[in-house]
Amino acid sequence: MTLPKISQVVGRAVPVPGDDIDTDRIIPARFMKCLTFDGLGEYLFYDTRFDGDGSEKSHNLNLPCFRDASIMVSGANFGCGSSREHAPQSLYRAGFRAIIAGNFAEIFFGNATSLGMPCVSTSRENLAKLSCAIETNPSIEFVVDVEKLQVRYEHEEVRCEIAPGARDSLLNGSWDPLEELLTATDEIEKTASSLPYG
Amino acid sequence: MNSKNLFEKVWDAHSVGELANGQTQLFIGRHLIHEVTSPQAFGMLREKGLPVRYPERTFATVDHIVPTDEAHEPYSDILADAMIKELRKNCIESGVTFFDVDSGKQGIVHVVGPEQGLTQPGMTIACGDSHTSTHGAFGAVAFGVGTSQVRDLMATQTMAMSKLKVRRINVNGDLGAGIYAKDVILHIIRLLGVNGGTGFAYEYGGSVFDAFSIEERMTACNMSIEGGARVGYVNPDSKTFTYLKGRPYSPSGNDWKEQVSVWSSYSSDKDCSYDDTVTIEGAQVAPTVTWGINPGQAVAIDENIPDPDQVTQNERESIVEALEHMKLTAGAPVRGTKVDVAFIGSCTNGRLSDLEEVASRLPGHKVRDGLKAIVVPGSQIVSKLAMEKGLDKVFIDAGFEWRAAGCSMCLAMNPDKLVGDQLCASSSNRNFKGRQGSPTGRTMLMSPVMVAAAAVTGEVTDARTIFG
Ligand code: SF4
Repeated sequence: MTLPKISQVVGRAVPVPGDDIDTDRIIPARFMKCLTFDGLGEYLFYDTRFDGDGSEKSHNLNLPCFRDASIMVSGANFGCGSSREHAPQSLYRAGFRAIIAGNFAEIFFGNATSLGMPCVSTSRENLAKLSCAIETNPSIEFVVDVEKLQVRYEHEEVRCEIAPGARDSLLNGSWDPLEELLTATDEIEKTASSLPYG
Repeated sequence: MNSKNLFEKVWDAHSVGELANGQTQLFIGRHLIHEVTSPQAFGMLREKGLPVRYPERTFATVDHIVPTDEAHEPYSDILADAMIKELRKNCIESGVTFFDVDSGKQGIVHVVGPEQGLTQPGMTIACGDSHTSTHGAFGAVAFGVGTSQVRDLMATQTMAMSKLKVRRINVNGDLGAGIYAKDVILHIIRLLGVNGGTGFAYEYGGSVFDAFSIEERMTACNMSIEGGARVGYVNPDSKTFTYLKGRPYSPSGNDWKEQVSVWSSYSSDKDCSYDDTVTIEGAQVAPTVTWGINPGQAVAIDENIPDPDQVTQNERESIVEALEHMKLTAGAPVRGTKVDVAFIGSCTNGRLSDLEEVASRLPGHKVRDGLKAIVVPGSQIVSKLAMEKGLDKVFIDAGFEWRAAGCSMCLAMNPDKLVGDQLCASSSNRNFKGRQGSPTGRTMLMSPVMVAAAAVTGEVTDARTIFG
């Protein structure tokens, strides 16, 4: 199976400001009672978007101008907390294809990368600049360029970063490692039998 | 010979090779699964027509969704009922050992692994659960993974991972009386920050960790992830080996001696190097409680809740947001904060020693009228041992509810939940908004003994003044 090579993500962006946005916030635990990830998009940021009675609260994700955003802009330590892949899955299923933040919690970052959803980091100043540009005109198009390590919009560009291993795997279409892992059958067996425990 | 730390030794022994993107293909000796993060992975395998490659290396239990007050299936929550049935079916089909609810061994995955002797020094252990770092208490390299990696592990017993750096954290000297492992780890997270550990494995040591029991080490390692470190571990020593001796999955007979020498060989070499070293004086650790919405937002019991006007602009926003959610007053003493619910349990503090410690202090005290207090043993075995010692009666006499094993009120996937904006003194590990089941619910993390003190007085209290 060949995976698409992901060198850039192009689309509209939505700011979801704040540091330490944890995975409980991204997808509250009660929505994890499911046997597949299929329906998770609906519950993205549920408790910050909706009141107890299901009515909408004021939140960027509820605004019509951000309905088809595919890039999220947030703060530092995005995706901290639980290892639940339900979090990146709910972002992906809600249509997101890239996240720009200050930095990412490790497990979240790995989970998102293995879905082919680049998570790029940039400085606090740059995040503020991006959010400001979006707030001024929600319909501008952003390019998250994984190859050139830039976020471009209008005539601007800001520098971003992504772990080299993740970058390579996105660029050469090996972001889902399973196929490659499967090919090493003999080496796996060798390692298994070299260990002092079964 | 090159000296190495434990992390490097274990990493090297389990490296299968290098992947095209530069990551390591790492062999995982023990894979633990539970009902929440495994069904999708089993589904993906089925879709690809792949079997579970080494079923004897995977062990399952059910913890997040089990009701702690309802013994019989079908569960009244049909989603929960579907999840336990799915896990049961998947385990039977794939040949994975399942510690089911009728086995007498069911419980929180991070309590069950060690008590079965599945967790041993020098192993790599992974589970689709971030608190897998708990198992590092034995000198294993243990970490949480996502569901796609659960799939990779079932298909190949390996996963792609980048090597971590290692930060040695020494806690020297002695702890004061009435200071617990929970206080130590909350103190560390407060000091190094909730993302201070990103990219690191934490190696804990120093006289305080040497003196800790294995269960105390588990409490500290458990919350490594709350400091951003995916892995936390303590080098194995004679306490580790004593704990493991005679456990169902521990080696026995002639193998034992040999195994102990292999286990010892994984310890960090005396002259090994670390990417970073942090030193903390045990005497500086006070009973610590969180006041905010992440585990780093913590203060000592005699400190005040931070005032956003007294901090830098960067910190300000998150403090304002936390105070708003917690409905607490900036600058007020944390002591005296009114509490509605008390929860003792979870993979951080739901072990036998936690329950014993609290029960030894409870006689002569009663839970405050109108306060809901529950005790949830971390596993069926913890529950059984506690009941043999009569601890259940001590708790019940004091006004606690004694429940069946599970994750319970640590998170909102079973009927144990906060209601409205109730404030819970909790021995668990996360105080995120909504974590305990009500979007407006409030959580303050602290040691089990501090939870008991809050239960008795109805407010956040220095347990040392109540229990002596
Ligand atoms: S007790 Fe809490 S933290 Fe531990 S595994 Fe269960 S839900 Fe997760």
